Amino acid sequence: MSIDLQTVKKIASLSRISVTEAEAEAMVPELNNILGWVEQLGEVDVTGVEPMTAVIPNHQRLRDDVVTDGNVREKVLANAPQAEHGFFAVPKVIE
Amino acid sequence: MTNLTDLTVADIRDGFRAGDFSAREVAEAFNANVAVAKALNAFIVETPEKALDAADAADRAKAAGEPLGALAGVPIGMKDLFCTQGVQTTAASHMLEGFVPTYESTVSGKLWAAGAGMLGKLNLDQFAMGSSNQTSYYGNVISPWRRKDGGNAALAPGGSSGGSSSAIAARLCPAATGTDTGGSIRQPAAFTGISGIKPTYGRCSRWGIVAFASSLDQAGPMARTVRDNAILLEVMSGFDPKDSTSLDLPVPQWEANLSSDLRGKTVGIPKEYRPDGLNSEIAALWDRGIEWLRDAGAKVVEVSLPHTQYALPTYYIIAPAEASSNLARYDGVRYGQRDLPDGAGLQDMYAATRAAGFGPEVKRRIMIGTYVLSAGFYDAYYTQAQKVRALIARDFEQAFEQCDLLLTPTAPSAAFALGEKQADPLAMYLNDVFTVPASLAGLPAMAVPGGLDAAGLPIGLQIIGKALDEQTVLNAGLAIEERAGFVARPNRWW
Repeated sequence: MSIDLQTVKKIASLSRISVTEAEAEAMVPELNNILGWVEQLGEVDVTGVEPMTAVIPNHQRLRDDVVTDGNVREKVLANAPQAEHGFFAVPKVIE
Repeated sequence: MTNLTDLTVADIRDGFRAGDFSAREVAEAFNANVAVAKALNAFIVETPEKALDAADAADRAKAAGEPLGALAGVPIGMKDLFCTQGVQTTAASHMLEGFVPTYESTVSGKLWAAGAGMLGKLNLDQFAMGSSNQTSYYGNVISPWRRKDGGNAALAPGGSSGGSSSAIAARLCPAATGTDTGGSIRQPAAFTGISGIKPTYGRCSRWGIVAFASSLDQAGPMARTVRDNAILLEVMSGFDPKDSTSLDLPVPQWEANLSSDLRGKTVGIPKEYRPDGLNSEIAALWDRGIEWLRDAGAKVVEVSLPHTQYALPTYYIIAPAEASSNLARYDGVRYGQRDLPDGAGLQDMYAATRAAGFGPEVKRRIMIGTYVLSAGFYDAYYTQAQKVRALIARDFEQAFEQCDLLLTPTAPSAAFALGEKQADPLAMYLNDVFTVPASLAGLPAMAVPGGLDAAGLPIGLQIIGKALDEQTVLNAGLAIEERAGFVARPNRWW
C-alpha cells in the first residue's frame, strides 16, 4: 500500500493539522518510507494469536461511586487560552 | 573538602545525616553548576529556589530531630514531562509553552514528599518523541562528552531523556527522573556513561506525566550508580488509584537487598541481538559483560527471541497510534497554545493550533498513528501489530523458562554527532533496536555503563529481567558496575 498526496492531505485533515501544499508533498515519501518499513509485519504468522491489550496482567478496579474531587473551576480554567464567565471560550460554532 | 557535586545520591543522603555537610551546601553547589552550564541546554526551566527551599526544610528537620525522608537533602532534576504544580511544564513543545500545572504528578510528588528538592525542569525530545534530543522546541541538548579526536563535534546525549542524561553526566544533578517508552531512559544513559532503569510497566504511576504512548510509558530514575537508581526507584514506585494501570503491589526494598552475588542465577544471551555487522566495540563489550556476570557467579546460556526483528516495526505502529489518540487533547481550548486565524471557525482553529504547536517529528507520528487507526487499515496495521506484540512478549516468557535475566547491548553505537541521522527518520528509529522489545513486553530493563570506545565515548550494557523482578536486574547491574570500574567522566568544556 502506498499513499499519495491526496491521502496525506486526508490524514492531515483527520489529524486536525493544517499543512501547506509543500509540506504535504514532502510528507508523501517520508510517510511511505515508514509505512513501507512497518509492512514487513504482514509476513508474521499470527494464526490463533490474540492481540495484546494489557502487557502486565492487571485487573480493572471499581471504586465507590462517590465524589472525590471537584469545585476547582478556577484551577481547571487557569491554563485556558481564553476563558469567559467561568467557561472555556471558542470561536462561534453555530451560525 | 570533597566536591559535593561529585557525590552520589547515597553519599549525599548519608553525609547529610552524618552532619558532614548541610543540605543547603549541597543545593548551593548543584545550583552553581547548573547556573554555569547553559551551553549544555539541559534545563528548560531552572528552579534554584525550589532546591534551596527543600534543603532548608531538610536542615530544619534535622536540627529539630524530626524524622527525615528517604531523599532528605538530595536535589534532583525533573524531566519536563512531569507536571509540577506552579512550574511550567512543556514536554519540550511549543504547544505547552506557558502551561503551569495546578497539580503535581504522582511520581514527582512522591519525590518531594521524600525530601528531594527540584533543581529544574530538564529538556527532552518534544513529547518524548526522539532518540537524540533534536526535536525539542527549546533547542538541542548537548552531551558533555566529546570525542577524543580533537574535534569539537557536539554529540547527542540520547533521547528522549537527554536533558536528564546530560545533566547527570555533567554533575549538574546527582540524579534525575526519566521516562521510557521505547528506550528513552536506557539509550540516553548509555550515551552519557550513566545508569538508568525502566521498571516493570505499572510500577510507577503515569498520573500527571504528559502522555505519549500509554501502554508503553513508564517513569524511572537515572543516576550515576546502581544503588542510586534503587534508592530513587523505591520512592517513585507504588500503587496509585489515579492510574488504572498502576500495579497494586508493595514496593520491594531494592536498596537493602542489593547484592552482586549472582550464584544460582542464569543469564540468557539472546542470539538475535547479535546481527551481522554489529559494531565490533559494542560486541566486544558485550563479551566482557558476559564474563563479568560469570565472574559474579552466574551461569550463561544462549537463548532465542525469534520475533526480535519485528519489534521496531511493531513499536512504530503501536506508539504512533497511541500518540495520535493521546495528543488529540491539544486543541487550543483547555490549555496550551491557541492559533486563531482571522475569521477562523472551530475546526480551522484546531488545525492551525496543532500545525503551529507541534514540531515535525510529532506531526509525523500523529499522522502515522491516524493512518494506521483509520477505517480500512486498522486490522492490517494496528491489530496485526498487537498480535505481533503478543508474540514478542511470548518470546520473553519462553526465554525466561531457561534463564533469570538477559544481557544485551543498550544501543547499537556510541553517541552520534548532532545533525547525523537527521535526514532519514528511519535511521534514527533504529537506535532503539535493543531497547524496544523489553518495552513492548513491559519488562524491567536497565542500562549500565561498561566502558569507553576507541573515540573515548561511553558504551553500555542492558539487563532485562522478568516482570516485577527489578531486584535481579539491579543486582546484575551492580555486578557489572563493580567489575567494569567505570570512572570516566567528561572533561569540562562548558
